[in-house]
Amino acid sequence: MRSGEKQITLLIIFLSVALIYIARLFYLQVIDTSYVYFAQNNVLQEQTIYPARGLIYDRNGELLVYNDAIYDLSVIPEQVKNLDTLAFCNVLNLSKEEFIATFARLRRQKGYSPWRPIVFQRQITIPTYAAFQEKLYDFQGFFVEVRTDRKYKHSNAAHVMGYIGEVSEKQIESSNGYYRMGDFVGQSGVERTYEKVLGGVKGTRYVLVDSKSRTQGRYKNGEFDTAALAGKNIHLTINLKLQQLGEALMKNKIGSIVAIEPSTGEVLSLVSSPTYDPNLLVGRERGNMYMQLLKDPYKPLFNRPISAPYPPGSIFKVIMSLMGQQEGVLTPATSYGCHGGYLFVGCHPHGSPLQLRGAIAVSCNAYFCQVYRSVVNNPKYKHVEDAYQKFYDHAYSFGMGHQLGIDLFGEGPGVLKKSTYFDKIYGRYRWQALTTISMGIGQGELGITPLQMANATAAIANKGYFITPHIVKKIDNKSNPNPSFNKKNWTSVDTGYFQVVIDGMQDVVEHGTAYIARIPNITVCGKTGTAQNPHGKDHSVFFAFAPKENPKIAIAVFVENAGFGATWAAPIASLMIEEYLTGKHETRKYLLDRMLNADLIKRNDSTSAKAK
Amino acid sequence: MTAHQPKPSRIDWVTLLIYAILVCFGLVCIYASVFKETHPHIWDTSQNYGKQLIWIGVSSIVGLMILVIDEKFFFAFAYFIYGFSIILLIAVLGFGTTVNGSSSWIEIGGFRMQPAEFAKFGTALALAKYLSGYNVNFEKNRKVQIISALLIFTPMLIILLQNETGSTLVFASFIFVLFREGLPGWILLAGFIFIVLSILALLYPPVYLIIGVSILAGIFLLLVRRTRSLVLITIGAVVVAGLFVSSIDYAFQNVLQAHQRSRINVLLGKNVDIKGAGYNVQQSKIAIGSGGLWGKGPLQGTQNKFRFVPEQSTDFIFCTIGEEYGFAGSVAFIGFYVFLLYRLLLMAERQRQKFNRIYGYSVVCILFFHFLINVGMTLGLMPVIGIPLPFISYGGSALLSFTILLFIFIRLDANRVNELRTAFD
Repeated sequence: MRSGEKQITLLIIFLSVALIYIARLFYLQVIDTSYVYFAQNNVLQEQTIYPARGLIYDRNGELLVYNDAIYDLSVIPEQVKNLDTLAFCNVLNLSKEEFIATFARLRRQKGYSPWRPIVFQRQITIPTYAAFQEKLYDFQGFFVEVRTDRKYKHSNAAHVMGYIGEVSEKQIESSNGYYRMGDFVGQSGVERTYEKVLGGVKGTRYVLVDSKSRTQGRYKNGEFDTAALAGKNIHLTINLKLQQLGEALMKNKIGSIVAIEPSTGEVLSLVSSPTYDPNLLVGRERGNMYMQLLKDPYKPLFNRPISAPYPPGSIFKVIMSLMGQQEGVLTPATSYGCHGGYLFVGCHPHGSPLQLRGAIAVSCNAYFCQVYRSVVNNPKYKHVEDAYQKFYDHAYSFGMGHQLGIDLFGEGPGVLKKSTYFDKIYGRYRWQALTTISMGIGQGELGITPLQMANATAAIANKGYFITPHIVKKIDNKSNPNPSFNKKNWTSVDTGYFQVVIDGMQDVVEHGTAYIARIPNITVCGKTGTAQNPHGKDHSVFFAFAPKENPKIAIAVFVENAGFGATWAAPIASLMIEEYLTGKHETRKYLLDRMLNADLIKRNDSTSAKAK
Repeated sequence: MTAHQPKPSRIDWVTLLIYAILVCFGLVCIYASVFKETHPHIWDTSQNYGKQLIWIGVSSIVGLMILVIDEKFFFAFAYFIYGFSIILLIAVLGFGTTVNGSSSWIEIGGFRMQPAEFAKFGTALALAKYLSGYNVNFEKNRKVQIISALLIFTPMLIILLQNETGSTLVFASFIFVLFREGLPGWILLAGFIFIVLSILALLYPPVYLIIGVSILAGIFLLLVRRTRSLVLITIGAVVVAGLFVSSIDYAFQNVLQAHQRSRINVLLGKNVDIKGAGYNVQQSKIAIGSGGLWGKGPLQGTQNKFRFVPEQSTDFIFCTIGEEYGFAGSVAFIGFYVFLLYRLLLMAERQRQKFNRIYGYSVVCILFFHFLINVGMTLGLMPVIGIPLPFISYGGSALLSFTILLFIFIRLDANRVNELRTAFD
């Protein structure tokens, strides 16, 4: 090989290497685009900005729920240096073992990086926070992060507002990745149904991180960042003062109160007793408190007024009166005699025979068994099933047997059986009115939630229609946030048939079974019920609306195992009406005190103990 | 003496300009690779780019001094410089500072330097002087060949003892110099075949390779005119290849250290552990690959800036180029670098004195070898061997030694006209 050739050989080697490298570069940089993606994965970190949750007010603008700062103690493990473990444990009230165990737990966590902040202890107390803040310089690598939690100004309406809690696995899945582990969302009540409104929209901030996950700055000056949208404030339809009185009256009693403004369907008060202080379900003790409440035998977490079905008892006679007239089998002048009862249904002593208005006033069982019989055994229809269907349709049109669609989580449908149910038990065409006669007086296969009962009362007060009960009045100070709650739902009973029934209900209070519910200067129309209960003592039931002309409030009260409707439910309803319409109880102080102080839970416990 | 001073016009200005451009570009890349919005000041001597700036100053002064020294100096002191660098290398073995596992550094007043860097041009000078002597015929004289080999292997061995694999391998570049001076081409070819064979040996069981080589040898013998000696040579070659392939497998498992094994495995794509041994290469490929056609622009390289690529400003400086200037910039850079090599090759070949030529070839080959390994490593084509990219990588002693290496040659080259004149005188 001559020297010139050797020079060329070397040059060829140089050029081949250069060409190979250029080909490789072409592959890496131009053909294979996956490296661009890898690079972004390397440096881009998405950070979430949490919006403030919306506040909740009552109908008069009284603040109910607000946000409170909570303090999470976080740590960047890599930055922990020269930590005085003993002093640190003292401040946090930890033992050395707990301290070591916590660090071991953090290290096992998914996505752990010693350069990334991680929560060391959730929701430290304010005194701990203060003590910690003083010595922050001694505890390098630790810092306190502020988040918000809910705080309740009043301990009322726990079931209406509900509570928030960490999202469940399921909620994360169904949110299409919007929620992340550890996010707080509404788990019941308004917090849950209005989660989208109250929760706002999370914002995102893209930051650049280096190879050790340390923040290096914003990505493209925040061009792709989205701001967090604060949650909207909500005004409830609840009247706080009425709610407070309702909860006080129901103290030491088990049951519900539902009060509705008939003209709008707005729920003025929704009492579930026993209740709990919503502030218990907040903060680091949330979990423990929740378990305690869950174990309570009186089930304070159970939202009775919207989910518990009760036999309505005698108040169902009002509905019977209306559907009897509509079906043409009953007129105000129809009169039946009472011979101490009807078949196996007994009755209490009263004048006889009675016309419709009188029968309502004295709540004659025999009379309404006759009405039920004439509705279900109506000869107009070929089969009992068809006539029963009419009964079903009428009851359904008053909102029974299905969810009304209130904007609260966990509403129950109540119990209202279709004719097929009886076909199954007795066989087709093998049953008739007398087989199911107890339904005529609100017993048997009937279950109505207090909400449905109050709603039916509102329908009577409105003489034929109701507006779906709802709990939210304004969102962000804009009234009428939910136009579907403007619609009048007409019942299947014509307006003309209501007058005599309403007159009868007036008589109930003026000189009938609920004389105790009379309020000076206000015409109250009501109906007592003493619902027989196969599990124990009768339920005390009362529903009413007032004033008779231009009704402002319709109310249903259920007191479990309390006895006669007139003894407990009627006075409680009456006091509630008085509170709402006048705000005073001057002439009936004694009644108020008696109701406030009565302890039916204790009484029932002691009687049951005696019985044993 | 003045007559022998190079006139400015005789200095190869093109090479000098290329040098200046590369060094400045290197500084920009180092700045980009350690750049932080919080420390934007380029004069900050606490940062790598600030230090590099100082070293550029030092190198320029030293380079200038070399250009004014009489060219006879290098010829006269070649052995002395070689001897001195060998002594330094031995001294490092005793008193060296250990950095990143290799005890090859000497620390003087805060600045560290690596004698191995200086041994490169020391060896180049010594080899050039020895081979350019009277009656020294590398092609024919066995003794000359052995002495040349000793000149190269001595520093190599000491550097290997310092655990500095990269610099050791650089001395392999002298094989190209010897090739120019008469080493038969088949040795180069054989070396290449052995490299290919060793890679294959690591990938496949030796048995298959021995069978494959035998078949190839058979085909070869069928095609050529068979003489007895050719048959014997071929059979011998097959036997040697078989032994070599078998021993590679053994050496890989028993001689190499664990980290070297994993590096080689990563290179061969055998076990890609992108968190461990493969991390550097994976991150380097991500950085370069994310540059795309036109790059992200100066100082915009996110992978570089946020230190995803380890050893970014030193061994992986090419990532910065790839990410911020893209395919276009990388090709331009490679083209520019190869142009420098070509230019130096031309200069080496135009020397009239053997000493100058051999030294020139040494310079070209050393630079080429660095380029080959360094850029190949960042592209995932070469094993991760920590050697710098000349004139670009951060590193004071490296820059200084490459400057000296190059400038001695520029100085020697500048004198060629004088040589002409003396020849005519």
